[in-house]
Formats: sequence, C-alpha cells, structure tokens
Amino acid sequence: MRVSDSMLALPLTAIFVACFVAPLAVLLLLSLHGDISMTGWTLGNYAKFFTDRFNYSILVETLLLGLKATLVCLIFGFPIAWLCSRASPRWQSVLLFLVILPILTSVVVRTFSWIVILGRQGVLNQIVLGLHLSHEPLRLLYTEVGVVIVLAQVQMPLMVLPILAVLSKIDPNLADASRVLGAGEWRTLWRVTLPLSLPGVIAGCILTYSASITAFVTQSLIGGARLIYMPLHIYQQAVGANNWPFAAAVSIIFMVTVMIVVAVLSAIGRRSETYGGA
Amino acid sequence: MAARSRIRWDRLSLLFVFGLLSAIALVFLIAPTLIVLITSFTASQSLKFPPDGLSLQWYAALLDADQMQRAAWNSLVVAFWTTLIAVVLGTSAALAIARSRSPWLRAADTLFMSPLLLPALAFGFAALIFINRLGFTPNIPFLVLGHVIVCVPFVLRTTLASLSQLDPAILEASKSLGAGRLMTFRRITLPLIASGVSAGGFLAFMASFDNVPVSLFLADERTEMLPIHLWQQIETNLDVRTAAASGLIVMATLLLMVLAERFAGLTRQMR
Repeated sequence: MRVSDSMLALPLTAIFVACFVAPLAVLLLLSLHGDISMTGWTLGNYAKFFTDRFNYSILVETLLLGLKATLVCLIFGFPIAWLCSRASPRWQSVLLFLVILPILTSVVVRTFSWIVILGRQGVLNQIVLGLHLSHEPLRLLYTEVGVVIVLAQVQMPLMVLPILAVLSKIDPNLADASRVLGAGEWRTLWRVTLPLSLPGVIAGCILTYSASITAFVTQSLIGGARLIYMPLHIYQQAVGANNWPFAAAVSIIFMVTVMIVVAVLSAIGRRSETYGGA
Repeated sequence: MAARSRIRWDRLSLLFVFGLLSAIALVFLIAPTLIVLITSFTASQSLKFPPDGLSLQWYAALLDADQMQRAAWNSLVVAFWTTLIAVVLGTSAALAIARSRSPWLRAADTLFMSPLLLPALAFGFAALIFINRLGFTPNIPFLVLGHVIVCVPFVLRTTLASLSQLDPAILEASKSLGAGRLMTFRRITLPLIASGVSAGGFLAFMASFDNVPVSLFLADERTEMLPIHLWQQIETNLDVRTAAASGLIVMATLLLMVLAERFAGLTRQMR
C-alpha cells in the first residue's frame, strides 16, 4: 500500500528526469567543450568568463540588482504584510488581491505599461515637472533605478505572502505581553514581531531575489540594450553570437550562483526558526 | 499621563509610517494596470497619458491583426495543454509526497520546486541544446513539456498546502465505512483539495500563457507566441494596438482572478 502511494510521483519524476535533469546535464557537458560537436574537454569557457572583466562584472551587477530590488520589496512589503495581518478578513482579501494582481498580469503587458509611465514624456515625469520637483525630465527608462522600481513592483507578492503567512501565526499575546511590560509599539515591532517573523522574511527574500535576478523580460525591456544582466547575456551569447558552449558555461555559472545564494539564505532561515522558538 | 501620551504617540507614529509605506507601494502596484487600461481606450495615435479622448478604435483594429490573433491562439492552446498535464501530474505527485516520509520523495519535492527558483532562460536554452543533440527541432509538444516543467511547481505547492489541511481521520473514517481507495479519493479527498488544485491550475495557466524565456527557445519558427509577439511590437514600433491587446489581457486576467477568488479562494490559497 505504501509502495503504491509513492508510485503516484513516478510520472512527474519521469518527466522531470527526461525534460529537466537530462537537458541540464547536457548543458553542463556542452559547457566543458570547445565546440558544439563536443570533441575534447576544456575549461576554456569558464576561464574566459572569470578572466574577462566584461563578463564577471555582469555577474556582479546582476547580483547587486537582485539585492537592491529585494531591499525595496522588503521595505515596502513588510508594512503591507503587517497591515494585512491586522486587517479584517474582508480587507485582507482586498489588499492581497491588489498585491497579487501584478504578478498575474502578463509580464510583457506590465513592462509595456511601465514604459508609458517611466518614459521621458511619461506619467511620472509629467508629475515631477508639474510639481516643479525637477527642471528637466528624469531619466528612468533604460536606467538601473527604473529596473529596480519595476522589479520591486512585480515581485512584491513574493515578499508579502510568506511574511504574512508567518505574521498571522504569531501569538498576539506575545505583542500584548511586550506592551504590558512597558515596551512601545516600535520596540515591540523591533524586539518581538520582527525576530519572530524572520523565517517569513527570509523565505520572501529567497523568492524575490531569485525572481529579480532571473527576470529576463523586465531586465531587458526596461534596462534596454546597454544594461546587460546575466539572462540577457546568456541570450545574446546563445542566439546573437551563436556561441553555444560559452553560453552554456555562462548558464551553469549563473545557475550555480543562484543555488549558492538560495542555500545560504535557507541556512540562515533555518537558524532563525529555532531563534523564534517556534 | 505623560507615559500614556507617549504610548499613543508611539502607536500613531508606527501606524503612520507603515500606512504611508503601504500606501506608496499600493499606488505603484496598481498604477501600471490602470494606466494600461486607460491608454488602450485612447482616441489618438500615440501612447500619451492621459489620453486626449476616448475611443474603441484600437480594439477595433485588433480584429484585423491576424498575426496577433494567431499568436494569441497558439498561446492559449499551449497554456491549455500545459495546465492539463501539470494539474494531473502535479496533483498525483502531491498525493505521493504528502502521504510519505521517504527521503527520496523529499528530494523529488525539492527537484519539482526548483524550476521556480532557477533561471528559466537557462533551462530553455538547455532544453534547446538537448533537443538539438537528439536530432530534433523545436515544436509544439516540446514547448508544452518545457512549460509543464516551469508551471508544475504552482500546482504542487497549492495542492500540497490543501492536502496538509486534510484531516487524516476523515480518510480513516471513509476506509472503515468500506470505501475503496479510489472511492475515498473521488468522494472525499478530491472535493476537499479541489480549491487548492484549481488555484494551482489557474496560476499554472497564467504562467504558461505569459511565458517568454522557455518559448523563446522552444517555439518553432512558424509558431509565434503572444508574449513574444507583443514584446517585438514594443521594441520595434510602439503601436497603440499593443495597448489594446494589453488592455484585453488585463481585463481577462482581472476577470479570471475574480472567478478564481470566488470559486477557489485564490488569495487564501496563495498564503
């Protein structure tokens, strides 16, 4: 009986082995060869990446971009989750609906809308010029600031949902106790609520970070051709330059980097769970 | 007295700061959707916002946009098959994972969820190399399989969440009353997890319909997918028809979201 239960996972496992594990294995193999016919092993593709400033600075820029977008998501996402957790069920649904809306709207549509907003004659610049906050239109499209704004908007639900899940499980008596003992709201937030919500915060950071650094469409449409991040770099090497082995190596480097970041953050997350004593 | 006013001030300042941050975030979250909707009804030839006048002309122009219509149809067909396969395989795998403590299935769970975190573009490229090495060229069935890989985590996650809410005592009761495994599944388990499964299916459908990184590599040259077609429109000639198509997608998304909220409690399932 036990055995037959586990069998239910077999079809999906088979598909994953054939369509996910096998392609990634071939990707790894190709990255260790100099040409597409795979003759002769080499580490040349990796050497090329790490010795060329142009290449490794793209990796660094991508990792920093993810950090900035994640921080913006956290600064705005935590308050939303906090308000959500205290709202009545009806308002909670409304708030969540608004938070989830962008992630379900087609990414190309969303990005298109941002081009209308961030452009030279866009909505944001009309407001800025109308309020005389600046003498000339701000450059937002094709800049990193623009990319960070759009990424933060798109990935916000990935931050809000895990934090909310943890916040709504925290015993409200703990915050009350903290207040009775004389701590103000800010102190309670800082010393009680925030530490207890750390597992959710970290889960949110993992999701927003990996989604931000891999967001090919947003990065390339808002960033334009001059701001190159890892996904666009892979695409350009694979399709533009038609250098498959090198593109494969860049893909592997990028994937391994994402896995390392996720592993480190999850390790921190596991430690924070014991910290909360939950 | 002083202490009480300090506490009130403390409370108000926290509510003010958090309220303000949330309000700013909500404006940024909603504005793009509203602006794209309003712009799509513009009467002028440009994407100026706010528009000078309103009209339905760009929606009417969509009726003649053959290429865009074909692309939309292709995307719908692929999303349909992807969702069907992802829901069947994802639900059945979720049943196995939820009922078992085996380390193998834990590992399989991690494997199934990994497409959510790993760069989809790298996977799309890997799949193209793989197909190429096997001597095939990209086609629609390969594209659907690729989409299944990146969409199945959504089904798996919501289904596992609703399975964890399922009281095992109910299953025991069903069994002791003489129901077979299939009957218990059909009459007890399935109805109780249906909203989780459908919320996951909805998310998988949206993810497939919207997918760019995998389609970019796995769609064959004759098959154009809607998001990629729209992308090219945005990059080459920023045409107001794109705004109308976007408006249509936004309205369909909102409608589907409201339905998913009504029937599957979408916001509850995503928590």
